[in-house]
Amino acid sequence: MYDFEYHKPSSVADAVKILAADPDARAISGGMTLLPALKLRLNKPTAVVDLSGIADLRGVKRDGNKIVIGALTKHYEVATSAEVKAAIPALAAMAASIGDTQVRNRGTMGGSVANNDPSADYPAALLALGATIQTDRRTISADDFFQGMFATALEAGELVTAIHIPVPEKAGYAKMRNPASRYSMAGVFVAKGPAGVRVAVNGAGNNGSYRHAGMEAALSANWSADAVAGIKVDPSDMNGDIHGSAEYRAHLVTVMAKRAVTNAG
Amino acid sequence: MPQVSLTVNGTKHTVEVEARTLLVELLREKLRLTGTHVGCDTSQCGACVVHMGGDSIKSCTILAVQCEGASVTTIEGLAAADGTLHPMQEAFREYHALQCGFCTPGMVMSAIDLVNKHPDGLSEKEIREGLEGNLCRCTGYHNIVKAIAAASDVMQGRTAELTPAAAE
Repeated sequence: MYDFEYHKPSSVADAVKILAADPDARAISGGMTLLPALKLRLNKPTAVVDLSGIADLRGVKRDGNKIVIGALTKHYEVATSAEVKAAIPALAAMAASIGDTQVRNRGTMGGSVANNDPSADYPAALLALGATIQTDRRTISADDFFQGMFATALEAGELVTAIHIPVPEKAGYAKMRNPASRYSMAGVFVAKGPAGVRVAVNGAGNNGSYRHAGMEAALSANWSADAVAGIKVDPSDMNGDIHGSAEYRAHLVTVMAKRAVTNAG
Repeated sequence: MPQVSLTVNGTKHTVEVEARTLLVELLREKLRLTGTHVGCDTSQCGACVVHMGGDSIKSCTILAVQCEGASVTTIEGLAAADGTLHPMQEAFREYHALQCGFCTPGMVMSAIDLVNKHPDGLSEKEIREGLEGNLCRCTGYHNIVKAIAAASDVMQGRTAELTPAAAE
């Protein structure tokens, strides 16, 4: 790993100031993605800005018909939060399935969301749940926020501070894990909520997590696993690699959608 | 050079480190606590697992400076001052839960966190899933799972003493 300056600001304003002054500085929260990248020398920041000293970015609370999750809330905390388990059990279960125990003890929701890894779990959940991402300067709908593989609406130096999630009537998630890496090969999150029926896919698409309009229409008309069973996903929208062809992933998306609806009940 | 102050196995240390120094490098190279191993160095194998604030973490994937003010426990911090092993260590010995031993410190640290997070006990499935972040390339996990189940009974008071491994 190349060396860098280390900063540990105690407020969002201070963190944003440091990041604005130095375009080659990088923010770190749990570091579960950034540190492995730095160790491989894929990234050479001049400075690392540790957000963990900002106390008010951590925690889960219920705010009327929404769940609000601070960006620094760890996956383990989401998985075990009484508020999340009561309001959106599918999200708690998803958090409990990310990586391994040690990753869940360090990795944060804000970090995962800001990174938008195509195999990450949360982006599909936030798309399907119609979440809103709050940053240091604005709020952005999940639909506008996630812009394809590793791409988001975040400007340089802009920090995710919280995620607002409307409580759905029903939600479910299912994924097929790569047997070696355990990352999602195809995952589907389905939700029926204030914004209607929404279906989002991770792991499989050739440009990151995305919503599937055909499945949304089918489930709006008939909320059942049978409603999506006959939907053929276009392999030309899929990622193909040594772990699975585009045709295989297209097949998996339909299977995971059926399971997700079953899990949602 | 940045300084970091942290408590390791109950002892306070203040150490000068580079910003890029990993916790595992601080433990092994500065504090000479070489029980924590580096296996893959890519956050996958779990040989480097230690506890920070009671939670198991991979010490190869955290900067030493991120541990400012933290309380860290390594495999060296488990046994009592008189050398009496922690029940998990004793169970790994009794159940022959290791062959080469390279993964063992990380396995033991992960196992203790797993037991502590399940106060009502663990099913075999929960133990196997709980070891997701630890790789062993020689025992095949079977005796590790048995050892953790037996240790959890002692740690949580369901049995007063470790149940001896069955003769095979």
